[in-house]
Amino acid sequence: MNSQLRLYCDTAQLSELRQFLEAILKQTPLSEIEQHQVILAVEEVCANLIIHSHDCNSNEFIDLNVISSKALIVFEILDFGKGFNILEYREPEISQVIKSKRKGGLGIILVKRIMDKIEFESFENKNICRLYKILNSK
Amino acid sequence: MLNIEKRLENDIWTLILTGEIDASNSVELDAAISEVVQEGAKSILIDCAALDYISSAGLGVFMSYLDEFEENNVKMVIFALKDKVFQVFHILGLDQLIIIRPTKEEALEG
Repeated sequence: MNSQLRLYCDTAQLSELRQFLEAILKQTPLSEIEQHQVILAVEEVCANLIIHSHDCNSNEFIDLNVISSKALIVFEILDFGKGFNILEYREPEISQVIKSKRKGGLGIILVKRIMDKIEFESFENKNICRLYKILNSK
Repeated sequence: MLNIEKRLENDIWTLILTGEIDASNSVELDAAISEVVQEGAKSILIDCAALDYISSAGLGVFMSYLDEFEENNVKMVIFALKDKVFQVFHILGLDQLIIIRPTKEEALEG
């Protein structure tokens, strides 16, 4: 199954993203807690792009493709412009987050702990981040 | 959508959070905590019984106050988290850094 959503770069769009993901994930064998975590991980990547790569410019957009099979669900997040390579990003220590009072950095830690595999590729002006979650059909 | 209600009972401030906290509204949580701190709050309870979602933007708000609260002897206790929301705190190990209690009664005990 394949589903698409175009998100304009405004954080007000994040609730629409959650609703879109919820409807898809409900059809998977993931538990309610796992579905919640996957929604969070995808939102963290999208929020990061909206805020840091696109400065909340609502004329710009990111595209989300969700490809699901029986065993796997893949979230492909495409955007144009200065890429954010999630794999190269060195997330801060939690203690550092507290000391520096910085409110960022936690999101990428969540993504890396929740998803089973992450890929990033960039060519010309186009960036693709792929988040994989294995669907355990017990 | 996030709603924050502030209550003061017996010198204890309670913030009742309803809805979802994400990058679009985490500033509202920050402002609410900041307001009760300015009111001189020494004990802040965060009622999360009706909180359905929190992203890192909201978690970051709680984290940003931890040092200041320790220095100024302000006690913050989060209570009544739904399991799916608690798990988000747990993934980051924040349940070891922030006081989290199952009920308001237990939150009042500390």
